[in-house]
Amino acid sequence: MIDSFAAALQFAFMRNALLAGLLVSIACGIVGTFVVIKRIVFISGGIAHAAYGGIGLGYFVRYSVLPLLFAGNTAADSQRPGSWPLVGAVAFSLVAAVVMGLIQRRTTQRADTIIGVLWAIGMSIGIVLVDLTQGYKADLMSYLFGSILAVQRGELWAMLALDALIIGLVALFYKELLAIAFDEAFATVRNVPVDAIYVLLLCMIALTVVMLMRVVGLIMVIAMLTIPPAIAGQFFRDVKRAMLGATLLGTLFIVVGLWLSYRWNLTSGATIILVAGSGYLLSLGVKALNLRPGKEELDPAST
Amino acid sequence: MDGTHGSGAREVIAVQNLWAGYDGEPVLEDVDLSVRERDFVGLIGPNGGGKTTLINVLLGLLQPTRGRVEIMGLPVEKGRRFIGYVPQLVDFDRVFPIRVWDVARMGRLSRHHVLRRYSAEDDGAVARALREVDAFDLRDRPFGELSGGQRQRVYIARALASEPEILLLDEPTTSVDPRVSQTIYQLLERLNERITILMISHDMSAISSYVKTVGCINRRLFYHGEDQLTPEMLELAYQCPIDLIAHGAPHRVFAEHDHPDAEPKRDGRDGHDR
Repeated sequence: MIDSFAAALQFAFMRNALLAGLLVSIACGIVGTFVVIKRIVFISGGIAHAAYGGIGLGYFVRYSVLPLLFAGNTAADSQRPGSWPLVGAVAFSLVAAVVMGLIQRRTTQRADTIIGVLWAIGMSIGIVLVDLTQGYKADLMSYLFGSILAVQRGELWAMLALDALIIGLVALFYKELLAIAFDEAFATVRNVPVDAIYVLLLCMIALTVVMLMRVVGLIMVIAMLTIPPAIAGQFFRDVKRAMLGATLLGTLFIVVGLWLSYRWNLTSGATIILVAGSGYLLSLGVKALNLRPGKEELDPAST
Repeated sequence: MDGTHGSGAREVIAVQNLWAGYDGEPVLEDVDLSVRERDFVGLIGPNGGGKTTLINVLLGLLQPTRGRVEIMGLPVEKGRRFIGYVPQLVDFDRVFPIRVWDVARMGRLSRHHVLRRYSAEDDGAVARALREVDAFDLRDRPFGELSGGQRQRVYIARALASEPEILLLDEPTTSVDPRVSQTIYQLLERLNERITILMISHDMSAISSYVKTVGCINRRLFYHGEDQLTPEMLELAYQCPIDLIAHGAPHRVFAEHDHPDAEPKRDGRDGHDR
């Protein structure tokens, strides 16, 4: 089985897929850790699904607007959607991040309802725009379920750039990000610009989500964003180590999932998530074994 | 230190004609509060009586609908940096992966520290604060694994690390056992030699034993800088006669002439759950 995987690595698409997995795991490990400790899984889901509106917009512009603008231009007639869907997704998810973040901050109640509504609206806009788009739509499924095996060289560079950006931003604002995750009221009293830091975090989530969409697909973005940090958080008692642990776990899940996908000809996004999910269940089991019997009863607040 | 709050001392918290609430429903009505330097004020009140609302207003987390609030003579947004805020323990997520040192160091955050690393001066202040609450040895421990009393002391250290003029504590002894609460109050008493303290609590025996001045809050604030809870105050605040027992308290809880309705019957702590 190792041999067959080594043989698979002779293919460029397989090497690209592994590199993409590693690059995505870095973003996931760092940003996902904040998602888990700040408990903003729901708003992250909202950003991810709203991003689909951007993909629809990208397709619409590429196949319905550009041909009108550049009638007869051969470049516009080529089949490939190019980077339009991804650019649309980045733009849409960033806008969704800022809008949802501000709504959550400015409204005292029903913020989760509003985010749920925006989540659905973003997704619907994407679907309607795709419906309105003429012609080539074959890549669409790849955004729902991921297509790590189809990652191009240029996309790897884009992922590397996004990783560098995320690492840089987290390094610059680490203590503020930690403070708003741990105790936002206290950070506010210390006059930390909590709203700006929060929106920054949501924007980093948006960028990570778009990267992840390529690898595991929109539907499974949240699983990949939260499972590795959730496991790491159980065993590391320090945010930086949890980030490192989550990155390593994410890489492991993607490599194993990729191998399963290759070996049995299964959808890679789904095998990756199944591996990650099994890892999570396993970690809960390990955690339960480590606890002395009855300890939970003695300390109910620890759950 | 003098146990009184003489009018010569500087006013560190000034609240005048404050109205505050949520969605147009006032929770606090016409509140006046003046806290002088080095005072140790304890406020009690029923659940839903506006204790947390008052804290939120003093911290600038809630905008009042009417009235004036000043901290150290400054508007709240500027003045709150002089407040060391000690929140309730219950809000904490125990699986949050963080060490005691990193929690205490959050006291050193400020607007001007964004984009700057913690300095040696910051580390010095954090170490001093942890030593002061006797938690320096815990500095590498995961915060979630501490006992309630230890966590409370670390929260106090975090507040002290900011070198505050005022400590503002929200129910500092909720979910810690009585022996631990006693050590926390003794710590506060010692800190009060240099820091003004405003504490909100349901623990009447503590309020009566350790604080210098007391008040009751229930929509309105009944506070006149007195050092004893009077039955009249409690009755106004709770809108029914209240039962008090001072457990070996150095201060008296009742004024000399007991109110006929305020005969001690039960512990006041569980007498008014509503």
